[in-house]
Amino acid sequence: MSAIQPNVGEPVSDELALVQAAKGGDVSAFEELVKRYDRNVFRIAQHITQNREDAEDVVQDAFLKAYGNLQQFQGQSKFYTWLVRIAVNEALMKLRRRRPERMVSLDEDVKTEEDSVPREIADWSPNPEQLYKQAELKEILSKTIQGLPPSFRTVFVLRDVEGLSTEETAEALGLSIPAVKSRLLRARLQLRERLSRFFQKRESGDGKK
Amino acid sequence: MKCSEFLQELTNYLDGALDDRTKAELEDHLAWCHNCYVVCDTTKKTIEIYRDSELYELPDDLRGRLRSAIMSKCQQYKKTQEKL
Repeated sequence: MSAIQPNVGEPVSDELALVQAAKGGDVSAFEELVKRYDRNVFRIAQHITQNREDAEDVVQDAFLKAYGNLQQFQGQSKFYTWLVRIAVNEALMKLRRRRPERMVSLDEDVKTEEDSVPREIADWSPNPEQLYKQAELKEILSKTIQGLPPSFRTVFVLRDVEGLSTEETAEALGLSIPAVKSRLLRARLQLRERLSRFFQKRESGDGKK
Repeated sequence: MKCSEFLQELTNYLDGALDDRTKAELEDHLAWCHNCYVVCDTTKKTIEIYRDSELYELPDDLRGRLRSAIMSKCQQYKKTQEKL
């Protein structure tokens, strides 16, 4: 079995020049950075908040905060990693406001390892995504990821959807590399477990549980 | 190798982040352990489905509105800073 191929983002060679120009007061240079990353920030925000309005607010707030703090960006990390860190913090704040009764923290290490022990071990259909219409598939994927603790889905979206490296994810989230790896493993296994109910081979009846 | 040991290395294996020797041990395990093979294969599919799903894409009209709002606030911010 081959390793998964990471999503590779656009080249960022001119990025520092854009940041420098924006720092010097060129608003259109900052607009270029917005155009480059607004889709990513929206995706990350909606994965974390699971709420469309909150995600829209996060996009605005994250870019404004980045603009207001550009002088503090020293260029030791990529601009995108720095922006993601701001966006994740904004998204977690939204989540805390919406669910004050629940602790929402990236430090939570939820439950025990038991939550990741595979139970569903049936093969999937060869093309599971074709079992459902596109809208149904999105509904399934959205509901499934909602069931994960925020700290798990945050790591999953950064690593597996946005294609950040383990090191970049650790930097963006202020977590250690082992913490990122542990959350990623558990996020992947829990999603797999939940999706198995929809995607496993249906040999008799419809196979759904 | 036990199944639990395999599971611990699953993320490194899928990310291609293992040395050759550990990778060979894992693949040896995969060759005879059908359950781990299925878990590995379906975990890989899980990642690929999410990555390719275009879940939560930003619609063009909303994108335009958000960008205008952001840029007009940036302009305002710049003007306030210039006055200071």
